[in-house]
Amino acid sequence: MSELVPLLQTKNLTMRFGGVVANDDVNFTLGEMELRCLIGPNGAGKSTFFKMLTGQLTPTSGSVTFRTHSIAGHASHEIARLGIGIKTQVPNVFNEISVREHIWLAARRAHATGPRIREAVDEVLERARLTGIADAIVGQLSHGQRQWVEIGTVLAADPELILLDEPAAGMTDDETGRTAEIIREINRTKALIVVEHDMEFIKMIAKKVTIFHQGRILMEDDCAAVLADERVRDIYLGKKVAA
Amino acid sequence: MTRNHKLIAQALAVLVAIVVVALAPGYLDLFTVMQLTLFASMAVLSLSLAFIWGFGGILSFGQSAFFGLGGYAYAVAVGNFGDSTPAIVLAILVPALFAGALGYFVFYGRISDVYLGVITLTVTLILFNVVNSTAGNEYTIGSVRLGGFNGIPAIQTFNMPFDPSDILYPEHAWWVTGGLLIVVYLGLRLLIGSTFGRIAIAVRENETRAALLGYDPRLVKLGVFVIGGAIAGLAGALYVNWGAFVGPTIFSLSLSAEIIIWITVGSLGTLVGPILGCVLIQYLVSQIGTQQTFNSNLVLGVILVGFVLLLPKGIVLSIQQAFEHLAYWWGQRKSTLPSSSLDVPAMEGEKG
Repeated sequence: MSELVPLLQTKNLTMRFGGVVANDDVNFTLGEMELRCLIGPNGAGKSTFFKMLTGQLTPTSGSVTFRTHSIAGHASHEIARLGIGIKTQVPNVFNEISVREHIWLAARRAHATGPRIREAVDEVLERARLTGIADAIVGQLSHGQRQWVEIGTVLAADPELILLDEPAAGMTDDETGRTAEIIREINRTKALIVVEHDMEFIKMIAKKVTIFHQGRILMEDDCAAVLADERVRDIYLGKKVAA
Repeated sequence: MTRNHKLIAQALAVLVAIVVVALAPGYLDLFTVMQLTLFASMAVLSLSLAFIWGFGGILSFGQSAFFGLGGYAYAVAVGNFGDSTPAIVLAILVPALFAGALGYFVFYGRISDVYLGVITLTVTLILFNVVNSTAGNEYTIGSVRLGGFNGIPAIQTFNMPFDPSDILYPEHAWWVTGGLLIVVYLGLRLLIGSTFGRIAIAVRENETRAALLGYDPRLVKLGVFVIGGAIAGLAGALYVNWGAFVGPTIFSLSLSAEIIIWITVGSLGTLVGPILGCVLIQYLVSQIGTQQTFNSNLVLGVILVGFVLLLPKGIVLSIQQAFEHLAYWWGQRKSTLPSSSLDVPAMEGEKG
């Protein structure tokens, strides 16, 4: 893979819903194996951005390029097959299906043969600490557990780029720490974009941070510089960091 | 119940069904055998909707469209060929192709569930009106007159494969119909356990998640819909073989609605339930037909409302749940150890 081709690049990406501009002229670049945090107040356009990257929304204008593939406006399943996995903000799981079946459905796309799939399923169950509840029906699990099921499902598909929309929401401090640990572990081999509101969590994992504000990218810098920035404090972090 | 227990129970049930099908003509009079043949052909129809609704999450209000197309395809083909073998094949193929075309527009057009119900219902009405207005000699396919409202009478029934001179007796027709019911049941069981079936259930549960994992929900639903159409078509051929007659009332809304009642009564999301519901309701309707006090549609309506309000999961799942509660209660009594909350057999969030 050429050094010059970024893993993901958006150019002038814009999404309008009638008169509301959810994303305006977003130019975003992510390198291979990069870990990027996305922050911004509610309504800044982070989830809309993720939806355009995964084919759930067709951009009004602009382009999205994943390696050499132009993916803007493609169907979700086509983009998923190219190697982008997403954990959505509200857990998107199969309620009537067991945890193990979730992992299997994801893993069978990534691995060719039966024994290898079973191996991968057990591996992911172990990694996401789901082994104990592998045969439970997901609809009966707690919010935190469902979050883990979805993260495990995304991992099992073995994507090249993983998008996590608020992975630590609804988790205990202990689970949040575990999530940060897993994210760093995944980042050894894969690229990730993580949307989070919890600044403590961001500090645990962040290298480079992108701030969204009113649908645009406000700034992009490493974690410490962003947290120190006056504008960022004003629009988003002010109360929390000052307190 | 563990997985193995369930498998053994299912295998036993199939074995019992095979024995019943094989021995029934020896113990029952001809009228009862004919009645059972009708029930079995309707049970195949019930299975077709049980599959697409219960496992594909597609509620078709027009399953009788495929049933009727299968019946007409059989009638026209057997009239022209004089042999039922290719006619049965066509009775499966024609509705399957029709389901493929209809499903393509519906699923690839991203039409929502409610409109799917409306469209399938409307298609049934259109087919009724089209076939109903085919009276007259100009509406002839090959040597078979469609006959408009009067339908096609005296249709040749099943013969031994590729041997039109050897027409099956009613007992043989029962073996074919009952046997095919078991074959369809087993086929669907295998299909639901296969990779395709597991993906179909995932799509039923959450289309967005399935798509985000790389599965095309449109294609999966189309596949489910076509299989359902093919099975309904087979049921149509079996039904026409039973009555040797087909008319446009086969495309009736009341039949489409009745299938939904069979499945609701029997248990959506199972395969045994819809067979049971179908046979029970059909038996009941035929019994109601012997008296004048109650109208059968009124009784069906009361049954539907009663089940939706009092037993929304249907017979089979309710019994299963009662057993699981009993087993849980028994387990609690035997050991005072607190059990993990995950062992509670409550089936919250069951699809209604």
